[in-house]
Amino acid sequence: MELYYLTAHQLHDMLIKKEISAEEITRAVFGRIEAVEDKIRAYVTLTRETAERQAREVDKSIAAGEKISPLAGIPIAIKDNMCTAGVRTTCASKILYNFVPPYNATVIERLNEALSVMTGKTNMDEFAMGSSTENSAFFTTCNPWDTDRVPGGSSGGSAAAVAAGETIVALGSDTGGSIRQPASYCGVVGLKPTYGSVSRFGLVAYASSLDQIGPITRDVTDCALVFNAISGHDPQDSTSAPYDQPDYTSYLTGDIKGLKIGVPKEYMGEGIDPAVREVIRETVKVFSGLGAQVEETSLPHSEYALPAYYLLATAEASSNLARYDGVRYGYRYKEAEDIVDMFMKTRSEGFGAEVKRRIMLGTYALSAGYYDAFYNQALKVRTLIKGDFDQAFEKYDLLLSPVAPGPAFKRGEKIADPLQMYMVDICTLSINLAGIPAISLPGGFVNKLPVGLQLIGKPFGEGDILRAAYAFEQSGARCCKLNLLQV
Amino acid sequence: MAQYEPVIGLEVHVELKTNTKIFCNSSTAFGADPNHHTCPVCLGLPGVLPVTNKKVVEFAIKAGLALNCQIAPFSKFDRKNYYYPDLPKNYQVSQFDLPIAEHGFLEIEVDGNTKRVGITRVHMEEDAGKLVHQGTISDSSFSLVDYNRTGVPLIEIVSEPDMRSPEEASAYLEKLKAIIQYTGISDCKMQEGSLRCDANVSVRPLGQEEFGTRAELKNMNSFKALQKALVYEIKRQIKINEEGGRVIQETRSWDEAKGVSLSLRSKEEAHDYRYFPEPDLVPMVISKDWVDEIRTTLPELPDERQARFVEQYGLPAYDAIVLTSLKEMADYYEQCVEQFNNPKAVSNWIMGDFSRLMNADNMEINDVRIQPAQLAKMLQLLEKGTISGKIAKTIFEDMFATGRDPDIIVQEKGLVQISDEGAIESIVTDVLANNPKSVEDYRAGKNQALGFLVGQVMKATKGKANPGMVNKLLKEKL
Amino acid sequence: MISLKEVEHVALLGRLKLTEEEKKLYSKQLSDILEHARKLQDLDTANVPPTSHVLPLQNVFREDRTGEHMTTEKVLANAPDRQDDYFKVPRIL
Repeated sequence: MELYYLTAHQLHDMLIKKEISAEEITRAVFGRIEAVEDKIRAYVTLTRETAERQAREVDKSIAAGEKISPLAGIPIAIKDNMCTAGVRTTCASKILYNFVPPYNATVIERLNEALSVMTGKTNMDEFAMGSSTENSAFFTTCNPWDTDRVPGGSSGGSAAAVAAGETIVALGSDTGGSIRQPASYCGVVGLKPTYGSVSRFGLVAYASSLDQIGPITRDVTDCALVFNAISGHDPQDSTSAPYDQPDYTSYLTGDIKGLKIGVPKEYMGEGIDPAVREVIRETVKVFSGLGAQVEETSLPHSEYALPAYYLLATAEASSNLARYDGVRYGYRYKEAEDIVDMFMKTRSEGFGAEVKRRIMLGTYALSAGYYDAFYNQALKVRTLIKGDFDQAFEKYDLLLSPVAPGPAFKRGEKIADPLQMYMVDICTLSINLAGIPAISLPGGFVNKLPVGLQLIGKPFGEGDILRAAYAFEQSGARCCKLNLLQV
Repeated sequence: MAQYEPVIGLEVHVELKTNTKIFCNSSTAFGADPNHHTCPVCLGLPGVLPVTNKKVVEFAIKAGLALNCQIAPFSKFDRKNYYYPDLPKNYQVSQFDLPIAEHGFLEIEVDGNTKRVGITRVHMEEDAGKLVHQGTISDSSFSLVDYNRTGVPLIEIVSEPDMRSPEEASAYLEKLKAIIQYTGISDCKMQEGSLRCDANVSVRPLGQEEFGTRAELKNMNSFKALQKALVYEIKRQIKINEEGGRVIQETRSWDEAKGVSLSLRSKEEAHDYRYFPEPDLVPMVISKDWVDEIRTTLPELPDERQARFVEQYGLPAYDAIVLTSLKEMADYYEQCVEQFNNPKAVSNWIMGDFSRLMNADNMEINDVRIQPAQLAKMLQLLEKGTISGKIAKTIFEDMFATGRDPDIIVQEKGLVQISDEGAIESIVTDVLANNPKSVEDYRAGKNQALGFLVGQVMKATKGKANPGMVNKLLKEKL
Repeated sequence: MISLKEVEHVALLGRLKLTEEEKKLYSKQLSDILEHARKLQDLDTANVPPTSHVLPLQNVFREDRTGEHMTTEKVLANAPDRQDDYFKVPRIL
């Protein structure tokens, strides 16, 4: 297989055996980017020169006999909402089209320490608001499995790049499903970690109490390796949890005998494509065959998650996005008569339709007279939703569900109707409200399009998730086959 | 005609004297070049997150304790959303429904009586930046923004509407300033903006219980401005009432140069700050142990010190109030008394010439070049009769200007008092011989002639003659 | 139903200048979304506390120690307009 389609752990083995050099890996990936990027359009910015320089550094380390980290020399694509010092960070928005951060996000610092090689910054829905990357101010990314279809979103660029061989691994961010849903659509692995396990410092905020950075990879082992590298306490993020961080690869044993898995019936009902339900039922059989106990359970407040999510996320967003005003950085409307005029025109021209819609909704939800009915009520419903999960986890180690109601949809199919687009996230956003971890991993196919299965864990239960995901992956059943042919 | 009673409440912002800002480690030092004390966090760059400075919480608790407040066992930060170019995130991190301290009070002296003014709450928040204009804000075709002060920690202290005159408001602010300065958490310099005061003012017919509609007064940059603005605003509101009009609830800005307050109504849109819990910061749980630990760091506060000055030094209440109103002044006083044990004499000098010269030069105590020990030494020279009271004033002025020791000045200028009876007697004899008319007047019963003769003797000795001795000798000879 | 007037007020609070068309569109779309959100009011939450933070973290503080400042060139590198070491903005009315 081509170098660009290998996994990080395979490449690492070859690197330490000196079968290949880091520079060769980087060249292979950039060669692939040259070949397919005009069809996929995964990247907003490419950083080839620095990538090659970083790769040569790694080769020097290897030549010097130094022990290298599992991610050393491994190409990684970064969603364009994580700040990279000296490299443009746009959030796929006109309002930040020229913003060059003077600092690195904590995750970038950690990847640098691991000597991984950044390939570039990936496309996304503007400010991570969307489920298709169609809300990018620049262009829409295409799904490598069918380029007429969306790659999902908002981390669509990262997922498409991993699936198309335009990087080896990637980072995405997930506020309501933005890692898991594109991972499902692109047939790759995506982990939304426990809130507080990966530092948000340097992640451009959409909804602060829901946002989390996580890995998008080709297999579960790579997912564990990237998660090892980026997770852990950060004093620069007050919401970062101090916890004993295990080596997550130690969970990759293949043994899940006796593991208790619940399948919430609310995630298998109306609104979910019957073909997707069928895929999930098949995966249940696989888990049972591996020795897990699987049974149906219930998360009774599930139907309230969508409205609660949209009120909370947009309320926080309306405040988080207030800073884009044309004063200190980014786009500015130049002919303003006065400051208020400048604020209003800068923001109206700088933000796209979905971002404006969410700012409007969030502003409304927080405004006088509506706070209790909407925002505060949503915070209370969040308590109930979290309570559902707490209760379920008294009985089960993991929950299993679809990631999205269907496979990747066609470009333009849902963009006109916001509510319909929001429905795409009904299986994922409760997890963000509860702050718990969940993985999307390739579970099967519907109409030759990949469909993910979601494993949901307890707070800081990434180990259990990875254990089950790895066992499933190793079983070989309906596992991810990378799409080498169509692009 | 109805008698009106003003109702006043004050909102005071105090800048805390920490090394770093409230949510990042940029310096708070005053006077840096524009935008030099900034970092990604206080500039509100995309992606940054705040981390609370522990010292700010401790200082706020300290202020709460000094103001007799209850310290909240559970407190949190909230976002206050509004757009202004000096506010980098276009929201201010502040506290809304769970402030760090509530339900306190302080006591002021009004016409010899003690009055208690309630403190509604003390909360923490971040300061905004500074706008620089050519001319005034509205004349200038552009503004320049300096974010050095953005994120400097503030506490806002909100009083109950308990004050009934501009004098009470002034007394409250003086007392508040003294208490905060004593705790050491702020310099409280109104000139540098580390103490800022807004006032809520309304009037009501005397005897009416219900409050009138209030106006919020802003932009008063000195105690004098506060006093003037309140007098103006009270008059304005009474006039509206008397003319049958209605006071509108609005924000008004005090124009010190013109001596009027102006409505800011035209600039206001409906205020809707959309407060919500700051998701980037976690709640604060303030244990009793933590509060007790901070309580042990509280110094003696103005009221306690004032009472002690009366008791320990036998000072009149007035002296004690004035001397303890500034911590530095009270410290200076006590250091001086330690070396010259005549408390009232020291008090007279500090409240008299010392304060007069200091105010004339717009100085603060720490700027004064006379050390407490030097003042004590001068008072010893005066007590021993080495110098006269008149000479003492001259020496004091020299000391104030140069910081030199009093005995050096006395030696150098030859200002030692002449108490040698023989020397004074010969001068007295001369003066009597040269002023026969005055001698005659005195003998004819005109007592004021004696004063003239004393003056002549002092003039001849350049003020150095011991005045008691001069009087005695003159009377004998006459 | 969110009226056009409400849309205008909210747009002003959020500093967005909307075209007439956008106002109409948002009036309808926000109404739809909020109609959907009204569902939340069916739940009795009288005794349910709000969850602002999912993790039980508290008292996260930093010591009062000065760190590095950015160089002024870095501070102003992204500024759309500047004068000397200041950010420059249009007149404030």
